[in-house]
Amino acid sequence: MVLDRTLDIRDGAVRFRVLSGGRGPHLVYFHSFHERGGWSPFLDHLAARYTVLAPFHPGVQGSSGVETLDDVLDLVLAYDELLDRLGIGAAHLVGHFFGGMVAAELAATLRPRAAKLVLISPLGLWRDDAPSEDLLILPHEDLPAVLFRDPASEVARGWATLPAGEEQNIAAQIESIQRRAAMAKFVWPIPDRGLKKRLHRITAPTLVLWGEADRANPLVYAEEWQRRVKGAALSLLPGGHMVLHEVPDAAAAVVAEFLGT
Amino acid sequence: MKICFFHLMPYRFLPEDFERRYRSVWVDPPHSLFDPEKCGGLYHEFLDELEFAEAQGFDGLCVNEHHNNAYGLMPSPNLMAATLTRRTSRAAVIVLGNSLAAYNPPLRVAEEFAMLDLLSRGRLVAGFPVGTSMDMNFAYGIDPATLRERYYEAHDLVIQAWTRPEMFAFNGKYTQVRYVNIWPQPLQKPHPPVWIPGGGSVETWEWTAKLDYVYCYLSYYGYKRGKATMDGFWEAIARMGVDDNPYRAGFLQLVCVADTDAEAERLYFPHVHYFYQKCLNVWEGFAEAPGYRTVKTLQTGTKPQVGAQAKKIRQSLDWQKYLDQGYVIAGSPATVRAQLTECIKSLRVGHLMVLLQIGSMPKDLTLHNTALFAREVLPHVRDLWPGHKDRWWPSGVPNGA
Repeated sequence: MVLDRTLDIRDGAVRFRVLSGGRGPHLVYFHSFHERGGWSPFLDHLAARYTVLAPFHPGVQGSSGVETLDDVLDLVLAYDELLDRLGIGAAHLVGHFFGGMVAAELAATLRPRAAKLVLISPLGLWRDDAPSEDLLILPHEDLPAVLFRDPASEVARGWATLPAGEEQNIAAQIESIQRRAAMAKFVWPIPDRGLKKRLHRITAPTLVLWGEADRANPLVYAEEWQRRVKGAALSLLPGGHMVLHEVPDAAAAVVAEFLGT
Repeated sequence: MKICFFHLMPYRFLPEDFERRYRSVWVDPPHSLFDPEKCGGLYHEFLDELEFAEAQGFDGLCVNEHHNNAYGLMPSPNLMAATLTRRTSRAAVIVLGNSLAAYNPPLRVAEEFAMLDLLSRGRLVAGFPVGTSMDMNFAYGIDPATLRERYYEAHDLVIQAWTRPEMFAFNGKYTQVRYVNIWPQPLQKPHPPVWIPGGGSVETWEWTAKLDYVYCYLSYYGYKRGKATMDGFWEAIARMGVDDNPYRAGFLQLVCVADTDAEAERLYFPHVHYFYQKCLNVWEGFAEAPGYRTVKTLQTGTKPQVGAQAKKIRQSLDWQKYLDQGYVIAGSPATVRAQLTECIKSLRVGHLMVLLQIGSMPKDLTLHNTALFAREVLPHVRDLWPGHKDRWWPSGVPNGA
């Protein structure tokens, strides 16, 4: 069963909607641009062993106050305050793409918060020789081929299907714009906010997880992350950028094996 | 009624298959299509056309700002306006405008507009657009989430820099300047008239009305489609209890005048088609960065002027459709007079801007269009809106309102 609640920080200036489920050690999951729901089979698997908490970023689906956050540090501090509100000290931090960047920033800035760190195709570094895809702006119909290893797969087609009714369809489009806009604030126009200068601070054991056919975030970044985060392990899975949705069982198994209890 | 000559300064030499081979005229059109020799010549042709318009009796000359754009070769409209101040003496110099958020610090706009106002002896209209998403978010890299906040803050700084009697400190979120004290100051007092080019956002209408500025809708889709937006503006004006002086509004209309309706099609269709098919060919991904428009505006259902939906509509267009839908007002002087009068009246617009150089239109044809318009159309619409005072016209224009 997934619990759905909202928690305020800063006297309500920022409100987090947090989904949670499972039992065991705390695991916080940070989502990226193209996850429409806050919960997924990947998190279901993890909830068998962990208390999974999945907040929506401010500005996304019931979380609010992004307009009051000035920069990445402000976002990191907001999450720090959220963890206080949840009564959590250290937790495993897991994040995908933008969410991976947030998890890494948190682990680098507030070291005691991170028990272990799992970065799934994280954003936040930039190489001129291999720019990551501009996923914030690609038209909807162009995304499946970039996000998924097999755009014809059931999971890709399911993702690509928007509601048929006009009103719901427009609402879904507006939700998508809002969701991307909320995160764009922290990575526009180039997803480099100096994280590379902070990565050496990460002391939590770290797993870097990548889909071997990731067309959005080239594999050279996996090496880059592994090089910059001391002792980080790298795991490649058969999948694309949405590897955690394409092979949720395998992805959750690798993550659980790394995290232990 | 004020009739102003508007120039976009389009590159006229895009290849015939441009819209099929390249995804966008804006943001990423390849340099390989750009010929500096030709562009240098174009600038002089375009300036000739603007100067000719003054000689023909147009009230104002309009220039605007675009970046990475093959249909708008004016990253700096202020440079063009500066040359116009030297070669003209009667027309208002209307810069529509400087995208405030793009200037760092925005005081640069206060300074350059002050210089233009002095050079033109008080003929400047100061336009402050937010700027399109293509220009601001993509070409200039400004994050969409803070663009409007930056814009409003920059506006406050510029107005204060023009109007506060003494030096002051400005402690903004995006600009901090300890010693704001621009030299020179503008000639017009308290400052040059401000016009706000905008799309259809409710927030802009209300802000414009509150500050007593002119709202300009620079649409490429003509007066019939523009009606909903202008109606929205006038409704906002009414809601706010402000008078409905038509000079509060500006509107851009594409116009082609010929001796006969048939002659208009023959002369102008290729250039009009070039404009709609090539110049407005903007890739969907660049049409609007996420967060560029507020949720409130998204929910009103207005669509951007470019992008996939706009492209679908454009592709099926022939001459008759351009005319029927009012994108272009074209034909004999009688035809144009009748439709332009309808345009002006139905939109309740006191500042009409006409685009007479369209797409690939060469200089001789542009001058022909301009001269015919000035002789056969302009005198017939000039006296519309008697009894209304234009409080937004530069005070340095000879015999200005």
